[in-house]
Amino acid sequence: MSDTLGTQHLLGIDDLSAGDIDLILRTADGFKEVLARPMRKVPSLRDITVANIFFENSTRTRLSFELAEKRLSADVVNFSASSSSTKKGETLLDTVNNILAMKVDLVVMRHQDPGAAVFLAKHTKARVINAGDGAHEHPTQALLDAYSIREKFGKVAGVKVAIVGDILHSRVAWSNVRCLQKLGAEVMLCGPVTLIPKHAAELGVRISHDLDAALRWCDVANMLRIQMERQGDGPAYFPSLREYTMLFGLDRKRYESLGKEVVLMHPGPINRGVEISSDMADSGASIILQQVENGVAVRMAVLYLLAAGMDRTGIS
Amino acid sequence: MRALPILTAPAFGLTVQRLCRQLVEDRGDLGETALVGLHPRGVYFSRRLRDELVKITGNDAITYGELDITFHRDDFRQRAVTAPPATTQIDFSVDGRRVLLIDDVLYTGRTIRAGLDALMAFGRPRSVELMVLIDRRFSRELPIQADYVGRAVDTLNGQRIQVEWLESDGIDRVSITREVS
Repeated sequence: MSDTLGTQHLLGIDDLSAGDIDLILRTADGFKEVLARPMRKVPSLRDITVANIFFENSTRTRLSFELAEKRLSADVVNFSASSSSTKKGETLLDTVNNILAMKVDLVVMRHQDPGAAVFLAKHTKARVINAGDGAHEHPTQALLDAYSIREKFGKVAGVKVAIVGDILHSRVAWSNVRCLQKLGAEVMLCGPVTLIPKHAAELGVRISHDLDAALRWCDVANMLRIQMERQGDGPAYFPSLREYTMLFGLDRKRYESLGKEVVLMHPGPINRGVEISSDMADSGASIILQQVENGVAVRMAVLYLLAAGMDRTGIS
Repeated sequence: MRALPILTAPAFGLTVQRLCRQLVEDRGDLGETALVGLHPRGVYFSRRLRDELVKITGNDAITYGELDITFHRDDFRQRAVTAPPATTQIDFSVDGRRVLLIDDVLYTGRTIRAGLDALMAFGRPRSVELMVLIDRRFSRELPIQADYVGRAVDTLNGQRIQVEWLESDGIDRVSITREVS
């Protein structure tokens, strides 16, 4: 068992070996304990400055990263595209280099373009954590999902996970597939034909277009959000939201017809009544809020382990 | 490398017993006391102390916890490995208690500094004292001293103190390993 990560940046799950993922999850156990203390703060990163650079909207992820950084005593600066010079035509590299000139050690970035995090890591000295790049990857979400599954089942290997919904536009889906496969889980993608890209089969996952069959097969159903903002003016990949809900939405009637327990997950934000009904999202089968809670501990582990590779003067 | 034993059975066990009796002499039934062992190696000592104290006092409800200080270390970025944390288990309020921090070896004092820092995250103890099995004198880097000492030893910086416990290493023994020049 290794005690250090094999990577300097977290750009995608591909950067991590199964051993790295295991180290992150074990370290997150320690931080989960820290978060249960009366004083939920440790000094590990007190000489580290982190910039959260968000070119795309985010509530949960950004808040979760910021809390994780503050619980580790890091100095935190926030930057969002809506209030910045990018609106005035500055390039990504210029924006980031300006921020780094102010001696930032670690950058957490969300960007609408796939590969933005990789580009940044190539051109800057700071450590980079990808907080979502287009439809490419969202590695910390996959790690916290794996952590939540491990917490629920005591292991990830052998657990059957169905990822349901808008696979096409989902970076969460891709990161999850890679992460779960590395940990030995069985993965199924389920959704309308139009929302599952053809190349998905090459990843070694099962594909289903029948939610009931998928639910009968799986131990965990990760219900993804339908990303209406990526479909233009109205639904472009299915006739109507109502039809989508009838075929791929999970409600109590459908759940009870299974006659077995399935753990329900959702990366948020939820469209209540579309991919999952309100009562199911709030039911005992759902671990959606545990996912959010675990997100802080898992992000603390990632930040801590990446910072461990830096020397005392900042950037190695 | 040559290992020179400096504490073996039965003196090892007698030392632990002496420390327990010293503690009882000072504090009576330990009602307000909380024993807190430091991971990774101090917990073998603290568990032994707890068991011994239960025998001596007859009080089997001694407040006991274990503390991992990994996230409070001041050198985590200089170490080759980032040891994954052991489990901290402090399921009582530290507020107002007389805490006894317990570790196997007191050397530079940095571990204890981190331990004090970590302990304060659980509240405001009335007092904190320190018990160690081995005190390596004249090697402190911080102004930290132990209140209860099993054995004080004088060592050179190139030497290492190794504490072995029956529970984990199959033998109760303290030895000095020295570099062969």
